[in-house]
Amino acid sequence: MRAAGTPMSSVADVARVAARGEAGAPALGVRALSLDHPGGRRALDAVDIAVCRGERVAIIGPSGAGKTSLLRILAVAQRPSEGALEVLGADPWALGAPARRALRRRVGLIHQAPPLPPRQRVVTAVLAGRLGAWSLARSLVSLAYPLDLAGARAALARLDLAERLFDRCDRLSGGQAQRVGIARVLYQRPEVILADEPVSSLDPALANHAVGVLVSEAIERHITLVASLHAVDLALAHFPRIIGLRDGKVLFDLPTERIEDTMLEALYAQEGFAPTQHGRALELSAQRLRGMAQ
Amino acid sequence: MTAVGLAAARDPAALPRLGLAALALLLLWPGLRITEFNPAVLVDPGNAATMGRFLSQFVPPALAPDFLLLVARATIETLAIATLGTALAFIIAFPLSLMTSQSLSLSAIGPSRDAALRRALRYPWRLILIVLRAIPELVWALLFVRAVGLGPTAGVLALAITYGGMLGKVYAEIYESGSNRPARALMEGGAGRLQAYLYGLLPAALPELVSYTIYRWECAVRASVIMGFVGAGGLGQQLELSMRMLNGAEASTILITFLLLVLLADGLSALFRRMLA
Repeated sequence: MRAAGTPMSSVADVARVAARGEAGAPALGVRALSLDHPGGRRALDAVDIAVCRGERVAIIGPSGAGKTSLLRILAVAQRPSEGALEVLGADPWALGAPARRALRRRVGLIHQAPPLPPRQRVVTAVLAGRLGAWSLARSLVSLAYPLDLAGARAALARLDLAERLFDRCDRLSGGQAQRVGIARVLYQRPEVILADEPVSSLDPALANHAVGVLVSEAIERHITLVASLHAVDLALAHFPRIIGLRDGKVLFDLPTERIEDTMLEALYAQEGFAPTQHGRALELSAQRLRGMAQ
Repeated sequence: MTAVGLAAARDPAALPRLGLAALALLLLWPGLRITEFNPAVLVDPGNAATMGRFLSQFVPPALAPDFLLLVARATIETLAIATLGTALAFIIAFPLSLMTSQSLSLSAIGPSRDAALRRALRYPWRLILIVLRAIPELVWALLFVRAVGLGPTAGVLALAITYGGMLGKVYAEIYESGSNRPARALMEGGAGRLQAYLYGLLPAALPELVSYTIYRWECAVRASVIMGFVGAGGLGQQLELSMRMLNGAEASTILITFLLLVLLADGLSALFRRMLA
């Protein structure tokens, strides 16, 4: 574990820490990574990022910057067009199918729109997080009678949803469904949590709480957390390292202390309108925002 | 708004729709010619008299106790053929539907390098489904009557094969018609195909699967009647005897029994759907 208050963030820093030994062993790495969508549009363009085990990183940037694509690639859900990818010490697409499946269960992806079947009960949706670790027989039995009620309830309780355990997923509000999606990945207990706009449907107070839960999970279990966030204030308040992504390129990759207002302005500039946050115009003051959630 | 702006605001799908409608009408015309469709022959005096005499016997239906007993026994046989045939069809269809469905493809995630190969490997299973349902159950029944002799066994086997093909195809289509995001997300998290099916696809697909299977059972009841005409047992065999002897009263009793069976199937389907809702 690295000491608090010594952010190691730029690629050079990461390399230095990695050389020092186990604490900084790389969890995720991409080099010269590009992704072309079938239509020919380039979603990611020569991206270089290295994330050490136990590190917490926020990805910010305007809509369409490639945040979701990057997270899906790191989650082994999307194969990059070019470049090198390393997830927990392996190149996922060089592995055989069974090994790739084994790797996938060590990585948890929180989707912006939670992929919950509408007629399923919340308890089943949360327990589904650990399917990768369960045998088929256990999965079948648990479908008839939920085998780990306590575990599902505990995961939901962290997001104040324990009382919705036996409700159907289509009875949940958008924000509740999003929190069930987070609870599922907490229950999965992966070594890497990737979160794609995990709090986009939550009100500011709940969003702050939910990001806090993810961060404390990462700290307690010494696991890696990479989250893309629309809310710049949350990113600056909760994460020691920020990556700014724009047009598929890394604009900056710095410790939070070194983020300047001008960088944020450049990141969100030329969109035709001022960036907003929770409905009001966003004041891109890194100094002010950093203090907000603390 | 300028004229150019207005022109661009026209629904671009309108023209293709109009074209498709015209094409459908154009295709119906040769159909009418080829089938020599002419309702006038029904009111031809000679034909009308024969029909009228037969139909006039329909009221009252035959209610003699020993005939009713015969109909009851044939009804039970028909239900047994339909139920067993559909159950065997399900056993054939279920694994084939999983094999052919694109929604449960692990290689489509990424997509991995062998995705095209995997896709091609699914095709032979699809071909099996096509072969199974391409030959009508009546033809299978004729074949099996030759092979296993007159009686319900031939009907059960014929239904199992044809309906296996139909159920398998429609099951796979039901999986693909809904959102495959839940199942896909589970596979991306390391779940296997069957696990993803159980936890990601089945919840949304179940009501449709149940209602389609019950509808197919209803069709099987009707099909077993038709197969009865070629000697595959059940109510159809009785109906064929009564029709051949132009006994309208007996035919009427049997047709009323059909009606009740279809009503029963309809009620069952509604009941299951309500239980699942």
